[in-house]
Amino acid sequence: MCTLAHIFEAEGLSTVVLTPIRTIAERMRVPRALYTPFPLGRSLGKPRDKTFQYKVLKAAFCLLEAPRGPIITEFPVRISSDNTEPLLCTLPPRMDINVHPAVDEAKALKAAYDRAYKQTKRTSVGMQIGAEEVPAALEKFLQIVEGADWSIVGFSAESIYGTAHDIRSYYEEISCELARGVIGSWATEEWFYDSTEAGQLILCARRTMRQKDVAQSIWFGLAPAGRE
Amino acid sequence: MSIFGKDEVAVQKFSESLPLPKFDVDSFNRPKALHLAKVAIVTTAALYREGGDGFTLGDSDYHYETFSRASRDLKLGHHSVNFDRGGFAADINVVYPIDRLEELREEGVIGDVADSHYSFAGNQPATLSEIRLDSGPCCARDMIKEAVDIVLLTGT
Repeated sequence: MCTLAHIFEAEGLSTVVLTPIRTIAERMRVPRALYTPFPLGRSLGKPRDKTFQYKVLKAAFCLLEAPRGPIITEFPVRISSDNTEPLLCTLPPRMDINVHPAVDEAKALKAAYDRAYKQTKRTSVGMQIGAEEVPAALEKFLQIVEGADWSIVGFSAESIYGTAHDIRSYYEEISCELARGVIGSWATEEWFYDSTEAGQLILCARRTMRQKDVAQSIWFGLAPAGRE
Repeated sequence: MSIFGKDEVAVQKFSESLPLPKFDVDSFNRPKALHLAKVAIVTTAALYREGGDGFTLGDSDYHYETFSRASRDLKLGHHSVNFDRGGFAADINVVYPIDRLEELREEGVIGDVADSHYSFAGNQPATLSEIRLDSGPCCARDMIKEAVDIVLLTGT
C-alpha cells in the first residue's frame, strides 16, 4: 500500500492509506496515512457496522485537508485481536455415523453455505477445490491422521495448502451466515479451529505430519503460525 | 505459543525488520475539495472477480485486477493464513468500502465514485521493481484517464 501511495502521488493523484502497521507507514514516509489499530484483515475495523466504517473513512478523508505531508494520524478507537466474544454457531447433529464426524459436519453444513452464497453472491472458496469437494478433502486429511503419507492421499505440495484454505473459507463463510450481527476479531478463525470437527481434523493432520518429520513447508501453512 | 497474526508485539517486531523500498522524492498532491473529488479504491488484499485471472499462491508478477463499481462478487486472493479473514467473509466493506463510498456520494460528501477500482497482491518480493516501474504507474494512468482525484488504499 505504501509503495503504491508513493507511485500514485508521483503520477499526480492524491492518496490516503489505511494502515494497521504504523511503523511501515512511518519508515516509508507515506504521504498520508490513517493508522488504524485494528486486527490485520480489517481496514475499516468492524464488519456490518456502517457507523463505525463511516467514522474511519471520515478520519481518513480529513487527512486530505493537510497542507503538507508526510502525515500520519491515529484512529482513536483500538480493536484488539484478543478477548473477542466467541461466535455462537450451532453445529448440526450427526447425520451419518458411518463417516468421520468432520466429513458428516461438512456435508450437513452445505445448505448453510449455499444460503450464504445465495445471499452474498460471492465466495473465497475455490483456490483449489469447490464447496462440494470439502467433505472428500476432509477424508484425505483423515487418511493422514490415520497414518497415510500425505503425498499418496491425493495432495501435491501446492494443493494441500489451497485445500486447507478452501475448507477454512467454507466454514468461515458459513459461520457468518449462522452468526448474525457483529463478527468479532478472529472469531471465525477461533470457531473453525477450536469448535468444528473439520478444524480439529486439520490441526491433527498438521501435528501428525510434523511428528513424522514431513517438510515444514508442507504442513506449516495449514493453520496460522502458532496454532497447535 | 501465540498465534502470529493476533500477536501485536510479534507483528510490530516483524514490521521493524522488514526491508522496505526507499523513494528519493516525497510527492504530495493536494486534491480538490472532497465534495467535488472522484474517489477510487485500490486494495492490496488481492481481491478478484469470480472467473477472473485472480492471484495464485506465491504470485509475484504484481499484476493488478480491475473491477467495476458495480462488482460485488469478489474473492479474497490474499492467501495467507495469518490474518483475520472473517471480517471480509462477513462484509466486503471492511476491506473494500465500496458501499460506503456510494452512500457518501449520495450524501454529497464526496463528488463521485470511480467507475473502476483496482487490486494488487500485497505479499510481494522486497524489490517491488515491477510495481514501481510498470504496474503501479500503469494503474495510476488508468485512474487519471478516468479523472480520479483521490485514491483510498486498503489492505489485509
